[in-house]
Amino acid sequence: MATKPELISSENPKGMTPVVKTVVRFAMGIVFMFGWYIIIYGHLTPGGGFAGGTILACGYVLLTLAFGKEVALAKMSDRAASIIDNSCAFLFVAVPLVGMAFGYFFLNFPPHGKPFDLVSAGVIPLYNILIGLKVTSSLFAIFLALSIFGRFVSKLVEEAEEEE
Amino acid sequence: MTMQTTYPLFTALPLAAAFFNLLVTKINKKAADYIAFLAAGTLAVLAVLTVFEQPFAYRVGGFPAPWGILLVSDGLSSLMLVIVNVIAFLSIIYSIKYMTTYTAKPKYYSLFLLMLTGMNGVVITGDLFNIYVFLEIASIASYALVGFGCEHEELEASFKYLILGSVASTVILFGIAFLYSMTGTLNMPDLARQIEILGINKAVAFVIAMFIMGFGLKASTVPFHAWLPDAHPSAPAPISAMLSGVLIKAIGVYAIARIMFNVIGPNEAVSSILMFLGALSMVVGVFLAVGQSDFKRMLAYHSISQMGYVTLGLGLGLNPNVPPAIAAMGLFGGIYHMVNHAVFKSLLFLCSGSFEYRTGTRNRYEMGGLIRKMPVTSVTCSIASLSISGVPPFNGFWSKLIIIVALIQASYYVYGAIAVLVAFMTLLSFIKLQRFVLFGQLPARFANIKEAPFGMTFPLVVLAVLCIGLGLAYPFIDQSVLQAARDALLDKLSYMGYILGG
Repeated sequence: MATKPELISSENPKGMTPVVKTVVRFAMGIVFMFGWYIIIYGHLTPGGGFAGGTILACGYVLLTLAFGKEVALAKMSDRAASIIDNSCAFLFVAVPLVGMAFGYFFLNFPPHGKPFDLVSAGVIPLYNILIGLKVTSSLFAIFLALSIFGRFVSKLVEEAEEEE
Repeated sequence: MTMQTTYPLFTALPLAAAFFNLLVTKINKKAADYIAFLAAGTLAVLAVLTVFEQPFAYRVGGFPAPWGILLVSDGLSSLMLVIVNVIAFLSIIYSIKYMTTYTAKPKYYSLFLLMLTGMNGVVITGDLFNIYVFLEIASIASYALVGFGCEHEELEASFKYLILGSVASTVILFGIAFLYSMTGTLNMPDLARQIEILGINKAVAFVIAMFIMGFGLKASTVPFHAWLPDAHPSAPAPISAMLSGVLIKAIGVYAIARIMFNVIGPNEAVSSILMFLGALSMVVGVFLAVGQSDFKRMLAYHSISQMGYVTLGLGLGLNPNVPPAIAAMGLFGGIYHMVNHAVFKSLLFLCSGSFEYRTGTRNRYEMGGLIRKMPVTSVTCSIASLSISGVPPFNGFWSKLIIIVALIQASYYVYGAIAVLVAFMTLLSFIKLQRFVLFGQLPARFANIKEAPFGMTFPLVVLAVLCIGLGLAYPFIDQSVLQAARDALLDKLSYMGYILGG
């Protein structure tokens, strides 16, 4: 989903200073690419689903901090985060259950391929991608829950002060 | 398909159902009831089927034993699976009606199923690190469930439980790390063999101390019981029934029994520590229980006291210097009491939930005369009270009798006398409960209350029938499931043999 250019422009008064926004605009693509690299190469190099997912979630948190919540929520809304979170967890149980049909729970049933190829090691890259997506969406959802809850409380405090 | 190929379903099915539930309820909120009901029902049927299986080991992912994860099914684990899943199923039936008084019902079911995943996982696994992982799944789900009402007291209880529970989990993890650094294996049958070679050196003794502290906190034996009287009453009634009836057994007592008997082996020092802690829990729990005015808080203190009986029985079974027949008898009494306690304590907590649902109070001095207005709930509550106080011919009588006879035969006269005294104190406490809640004057404001709806009385009746059935059938169950569970614990050699199986 393309972001509206006026939201991420340095002139937009929401969010942090133009310096931060400019740096984040440059760094953003690199952060997300690095996160996906860690996830997809998880079975070949150090890292994997959890580490990569954390980096991706940090990317979303960075977007929220620099440009305000509208930009991050346009990329991934709280509802989308919850759906991705639950479906990835469900698929993570479903794939071993498919392995059960081949004989054993958690059986690595597809062909393993040649060692050190990107597409190898059977279902392990799939597990890494599922875990990566789950960690991204859950950590971002936790961040949203904490920040939205905080805003809700401060709104209540403001209302109480106005009444006084 | 036979049970042997579907054994991992005990963790996979509730886990999948928990997340599937949250997806489906984004579209249709009503579906949550059916998903939870179907998942728990299937598990209860599967659990009953495992009882008829011969012991076997399942290799996860097809990896051979010391390297891959083993799932072990023997007498004890199938008995525990039956307790856990049948009571979970009845609690789910009860929740369908009861939980309408709370918001976010789908999330409740998902947390419930996650807790069930954790408990089943601890019971079926044969891998020490797996025990830790599933214990954390069950614990974290239960922290959230204790605070589910989001009221002041509930959040406080949940926070206290969270902190103490995390300390216990950390200590358990340290213990596992110690064992791994000494033996280089986490597979429990393999670990049993390695410790046989190593002997009980200082490091192993330290690990035993860590496990007694960690799992003892999960099982709420006395010096580590502070969280339980807050946490169990604060949860919604079906969750209190699960926590008190099943959780402290599955992740506390079962884990202690499995590790002490099958991995480390009989040991006199451990036996005397467990027996002392058991007797201490019995006495402290029952004396604190008598004065409580809150119905559920009183039941929670009685859980501490009754779990003391189980720990005492297990401790006696663990002593290598007692004649084997008497040790086996004590262990049998402990396991039998664990089953009985699961039945009557979950029944009592569900009854307290029904009373609270209709009267809106948990203070037992404010109730009275409810047997005229809520006959089914009151009669089942009365049956459970008689069972827990050990009145013949209900189930609690036989298990307490076996434990006391075993203690006397093994010349532990003081512990035997304490067990008798605590049984009388329990009776006193529950007579008081019946006097104030079931009989006596009906307060005017309860003149128009009705019996709880069918969905809430049905599980009560099933559990009450089990209370009577387990008591009356005592002469027949000597040669059955319970004995298979006892033999599984006493036979360390055949547990070590699972490393070859699967």
